[in-house]
Amino acid sequence: MNEQPAFDPAAPLTPTGNLRRRRAISRVAESGATLAAVLAVGVLAIVVYSVLVHGASALSLDFLFKGEPDGIGPALVGTAEIVAMATVFAVPLGVLVAVYLVEFGGGRMATPIRTTLDVMNGYPSIIVGLFVFALIVEPTESQSGIAASVALAIIMLPIVARGTEEVLRLVPDSMREASDALGVSRWRSVLTVILPSAVGGIATATILAVARAAGETAPLLLITSVFDGSHVSLNPFEAVPNIPVTIYKLSEEANPEGFARAWGAGFVLLAFIMVANIGARVLLNRSRRKMAG
Amino acid sequence: MSSVEQQFGQAGFESVPHAPPSRVRIQTGPLAEAGPSSGRRELAVEAVFDVREVSVHYGAKRALQGVNMRIPRSRITALIGPSGCGKSTFIRSLNRMNDSVTGFKLDGEVLYHGHDLYAGNVDEVEVRRRIGMVFQKPNPFPKSIYDNVAWAPRNLGLRHGLDERVEQALRGAALWDEVKDRLKASALGLSGGQQQRLCIARAIAIEPDVLLLDEPASALDPIATASIEELMHSLKGRFTIVIVTHNMQQAARVADETAFFGLNAAGGEPVGTLIEHDHTEKIFGHPADPRTRDYVSGRFG
Repeated sequence: MNEQPAFDPAAPLTPTGNLRRRRAISRVAESGATLAAVLAVGVLAIVVYSVLVHGASALSLDFLFKGEPDGIGPALVGTAEIVAMATVFAVPLGVLVAVYLVEFGGGRMATPIRTTLDVMNGYPSIIVGLFVFALIVEPTESQSGIAASVALAIIMLPIVARGTEEVLRLVPDSMREASDALGVSRWRSVLTVILPSAVGGIATATILAVARAAGETAPLLLITSVFDGSHVSLNPFEAVPNIPVTIYKLSEEANPEGFARAWGAGFVLLAFIMVANIGARVLLNRSRRKMAG
Repeated sequence: MSSVEQQFGQAGFESVPHAPPSRVRIQTGPLAEAGPSSGRRELAVEAVFDVREVSVHYGAKRALQGVNMRIPRSRITALIGPSGCGKSTFIRSLNRMNDSVTGFKLDGEVLYHGHDLYAGNVDEVEVRRRIGMVFQKPNPFPKSIYDNVAWAPRNLGLRHGLDERVEQALRGAALWDEVKDRLKASALGLSGGQQQRLCIARAIAIEPDVLLLDEPASALDPIATASIEELMHSLKGRFTIVIVTHNMQQAARVADETAFFGLNAAGGEPVGTLIEHDHTEKIFGHPADPRTRDYVSGRFG
């Protein structure tokens, strides 16, 4: 065989053959991807910027602590209350679902459960609102904070369950083998070895779910919207003032001042969600490092 | 691997016409008859495990066939042999660690002090409480050194005198002097050899009857390996120990008895089985089976 060598090893190391063309295509693809990423971040930046510009002027201590019409204090407290109750409902349930999926279920039930959770995660939240309205508000003939937290818990559950499932899968099987070989039942291993090593990830999933629930508006419009926002109301069996519905109401008001306050409330909500997300990320990184030893 | 299969295939069983491949021969005295014998011999000491005609399948794949073996009490029994001949499968069958492997199926009987480990009323958690296991890769919990050792006693209700129990276990595993000043430090900060000794301490903290060691030193450097071997000598007598090892020198150094596992290609597809089980000096000095002789003399590399 008298084959021509593909290249001359002694030639200068500049592009030869079709490398020039390949380089050009590569550059186009790279800049396309970069442009898309910049656009996505840009949209977020514009949203944050406009909320900041419009909302910052409304911000003041009075705005944060006083009731309507001066501020959104009761709505802040109410949102905290509703979301806290929803967390209490959703987190234990979500963690148990994940424990079932990873530690016990395994078999044929795992796939349908996982699919159900993913479908739940994609539910339009207004449908969750309708469901809880029919389930609780209609029979009791009253809007209530507790009904709102049930709706938010339904929205949080798949986020907590899937997030926890992911971190439980990160716990190495050698941990399970080690505890099995010591003659300790799996349930005790779950409680004292597996969940503790996944606690950072569970906290992360919880924070992400809280951030999502705090901004949910559609179900609250149906379930806890007829409230008096002038003072703090903590009774979960009646309608509780809350931020999303307050933003909605303020933005519907005829006078421009209400609109400014809506921006202010939006700013507070956005700030909370961003801080929560960043906190979740920090927590997750810390727990990853811990798992790596 | 393939050369091993080939060799075994060629060696076949024609060369040992009277010895069925699965028969176990346990010699009771140093000068007991050397030729192949067809009967089961009684052990000089009580047997902890009496394995009868055990075959293991993973789904459609046969992993182990026709193993008969009696494992004596308070001795160290080493399982040697090439990779893929069922040593790990066998040792994991002794405390039902294979139960969680999908498709696992065991035929035959594994008698532990006369009780069938695979009988319907046997609880596998109770089995493992009595028959502990240490794995190839050190797997300490992401907890403190103290909590690693105290974890199983706490969960088994052995809370009384926990500090003494932890100290005893760490001393037993020859780790106490190295860690006594940092019991609250994370176990993940220990070296590989220390982690493996911690895993042994964790296993002996609940005072099991049997300790199964599945290649405990294969992930360790020679110095850590030496300390593990020393440790095994000191544990001998307190526990019945079964150890899987790829290192024949290690088997010769630590074990009272040695069992050689190999591949049996007689039935078509090669499948792991027990070739020969005897006193360690016998296995390494005067093995009865030519396949054992080839393996221990390094002819399989």
